[in-house]
Amino acid sequence: MSAVVTRSTPASRVAMVLGLVALVVLAAAPWWAGRADMRLMGEIYLYLSLACLWNLMAGYAGLVSVGQQAYVGFGGYMLFALTVFAGLNPVVAILAGGLLAAALSVPIATLIFRLKGAYFAIGTWVVAEVFRLSFAQIQALGGGSGSSLPVAVVKELGAKKAAREANAYWLALGAAVVVLASVYLFLRSRRGLALTAIRDSETAASGLGIDIWRTKLEVYVVTSAFTAIIGGLIFLQKLRISPDAAFSVNDWTAFVIFIVVIGGIGTLEGPIIGTLLFFALREVLADFGTIYLMVLGLVAIVVMLKAPKGVWGLIRERYDLELFPLSYRVKGKE
Amino acid sequence: MIEWTGAIVQGVLLGGLYALFAAGLSLIFGVMRLVNIAHGDLIILAAYMGLTTTVMLGVHPFLALLIVMPLMAGLGYALQRGVLNQTLGDDILPPLLVTFGLSVIIQNALLEFYTADPRKLPGGAVETASLDLGGITVGVLPLLTFGIAVAVIAGLQFVFYRTSLGRGFRAVSDNQDIAQLMGLNKAHVFGLAMALALAVVAIAGILLGMRTSFDPAIGGGRLIFGFEAVIIGGLGNLWGTLAGGVILGVAQTLGAKIDPGYQILAGHIAFLIVLAVRPNGLFPRVEH
Amino acid sequence: MPEATLTLSNLDAHYGDFQALYGLDLELAAGEVVAVIGANGAGKTTLMRSISGLLRNRPDAVRYRGQPIGAMRADQVAALGIALVPEGRQLFPSLSVEENLMIGGKVGRAGPWDLGKVYELFPILEERKAQASTSLSGGQQQMVAIGRALMANPDLILFDEISLGLAPVVIRQIYQALPSIVGEGMTAMIVEQDIAQALAMSSRVFCLMEGRIALEGRTEDVTHDQITAAYFGVEA
Ligand SMILES: Nc1ncnc2c1ncn2[C@@H]1O[C@H](COP(=O)(O)OP(=O)(O)OP(=O)(O)O)[C@@H](O)[C@H]1O
Ligand SMILES: [Mg+2]
Repeated sequence: MSAVVTRSTPASRVAMVLGLVALVVLAAAPWWAGRADMRLMGEIYLYLSLACLWNLMAGYAGLVSVGQQAYVGFGGYMLFALTVFAGLNPVVAILAGGLLAAALSVPIATLIFRLKGAYFAIGTWVVAEVFRLSFAQIQALGGGSGSSLPVAVVKELGAKKAAREANAYWLALGAAVVVLASVYLFLRSRRGLALTAIRDSETAASGLGIDIWRTKLEVYVVTSAFTAIIGGLIFLQKLRISPDAAFSVNDWTAFVIFIVVIGGIGTLEGPIIGTLLFFALREVLADFGTIYLMVLGLVAIVVMLKAPKGVWGLIRERYDLELFPLSYRVKGKE
Repeated sequence: MIEWTGAIVQGVLLGGLYALFAAGLSLIFGVMRLVNIAHGDLIILAAYMGLTTTVMLGVHPFLALLIVMPLMAGLGYALQRGVLNQTLGDDILPPLLVTFGLSVIIQNALLEFYTADPRKLPGGAVETASLDLGGITVGVLPLLTFGIAVAVIAGLQFVFYRTSLGRGFRAVSDNQDIAQLMGLNKAHVFGLAMALALAVVAIAGILLGMRTSFDPAIGGGRLIFGFEAVIIGGLGNLWGTLAGGVILGVAQTLGAKIDPGYQILAGHIAFLIVLAVRPNGLFPRVEH
Repeated sequence: MPEATLTLSNLDAHYGDFQALYGLDLELAAGEVVAVIGANGAGKTTLMRSISGLLRNRPDAVRYRGQPIGAMRADQVAALGIALVPEGRQLFPSLSVEENLMIGGKVGRAGPWDLGKVYELFPILEERKAQASTSLSGGQQQMVAIGRALMANPDLILFDEISLGLAPVVIRQIYQALPSIVGEGMTAMIVEQDIAQALAMSSRVFCLMEGRIALEGRTEDVTHDQITAAYFGVEA
């Protein structure tokens, strides 16, 4: 009898097939969904992407940031700046914003990586505040009150409103697929495994010869770039930007953290479940603004204390499921 | 020239308030390595509690402290024993995320209860009174705030290094297991540390509320100021925290002198510069 | 027979999946001094941690004067009069010598030991009382650790390798002090790597091997060969 080591399970193969079918159906949404639904779905994809990225940082690399709004807002502002002042196509501008964010994140990381643990978290917040206050000083971008995306730029996305909306929708869907796939492939790679080793034990990881600082830096830079791209897409949907909206800690960090914590931090499935739960809760409680947020905060606290692996952790414990096969399994073979 | 000196003096006095924001943060980090993201929201909560007390009892905010301080201390003890103690351990995520959740809850509860309208504590004559110090006019309230900050830090320093309670704090901070062997229940000691921290938060909240108007959303900013003061001053050094607060305050008032829009930004930049050149702060604690 | 001071019944201990102690049974009479020996990793420290409440158990796995204490927290156990001199001294670095001693008295039990008495036992500590505990030599630190435990005025005192890493002259000094400590009617359990020293101090000896009691007997009854066999797990 010999044994084979495999990552995939029947459940993960079924999930893969179902996922592909769902993707085709979702990609066809412009032909079957209403405008409001498409907007909502677009928003869901973008939150899902932010959640996956934050989860990669906090749940795998141990970099708990409460300042990712810095990059969301930066990406949004780059969309406005590069289309208006450099005449770039909006999609190109958004991608360029990602590259600029990556470049900017390197010096920022060298500074704030000096702060440990929770102090790192607050340090990221300071950086986000610096971004917010700085962009509020730029009069060309509307200063503190912000500005709208010129009609000419908007038209580059499609001459007709329906076409524009479909394009924005596909961009959001595409971004979510790219982010999910990248995070998944990264975690399966050698470096991803190194990251998990770091999470599980820093001393063990450094014993294995893994450069912890560098691996964390890479994660920080890549996440920042992707986050900025998502930020660009968010404000491509909104068409208006202001410092307070762009660098909102509630919108781009608090919600994202709640999504990940409730869904299950440190798992790939967690952010997906969390996003679905978050939007379901929001549709139900939307009329209760502040109460809704208090409930979210409370749920997150209870989850963190009673079920730190979140809803997905509970499901997995019960059914031994893994939709994104990351762990190896040994199977007997005749 | 005198204008700039004036700005510096104002900044120093403002630093006293920031040191008060920072002292509680520094204390609980020192005792239990906990960073409380809800710290700023608790300051604002204390300000609102002061508001309700002054309105309901018709007393001066300083007198309201007699009610707000014990209430906040009690809240701190209950919070620590009921919730936060369960988050302490090797993993930094639980305390961080739980206090983050707490921050959102407090903020929105205040919003629900008091609305988003800016409020202010009625300080009466002390608010407008000022002294003339050789051509520089300084407000009595900022001066008083600074004096209180110095007194609070001296008091905390005394508690920490001269009392049995402080010995317990330091012992638990050094080695929780061995401290437990000495008959110290760490859950209780941590509760007392949080109670003390929130008593200081109560003072900070009342002084903040008399100085400027406040609304439920500004807690995060106060947390950041306190945090910056702690890091500039050097972790684990209470007097350093006062120095950190002063540096932050001066950076802000000088920034504001150049352009009002630069006030907060200048403070953040001073913080980032310190982080770049002296990552352990200006006055890190020296192990004796 | 008088009521036992300490009774262990079927005591297990686990670190995660690893089981460090297997069903220990043991009884200490009041005023008795026993030695616990065993190779590295045998479970001696784990045993001490289990008794003192740093590792929690079933309530009745550890009884103190008949009272089940197995599930109590360490501070509750300490309040009942059990003190541990931990392996590796473990002084509080932020506390001065005197503060380290004073914190030992925090449990507030009445008895003969106070600062003055500890300084009488170890005069050097009084000279160094204001110094940071980390600035003392290893032997002096061990004296602080012992004094700190005594300040609690315990009825049962547990010593975990008090001689480890110390020069022979210092060990002699500390062991000279021990009779005057346990002479005050305390019950004591001494973990010691130096077998001869352990036997000289105690009336009974337990030898642990891989989490089990491999040998137990009156000091004068056990033979050298028996100890070697129990200690190394081989027939001598
Ligand atoms: N915190 C821990 N986590 C996991 N295993 C542990 C832990 N502490 C001790 N062990 C294991 O439990 C066993 C008993 O350890 P213990 O420290 O009780 O031995 P000991 O007899 O005191 O050894 P020594 O003479 O070296 O002090 C050892 O195998 C050790 O590796
Ligand atoms: Mg040992």
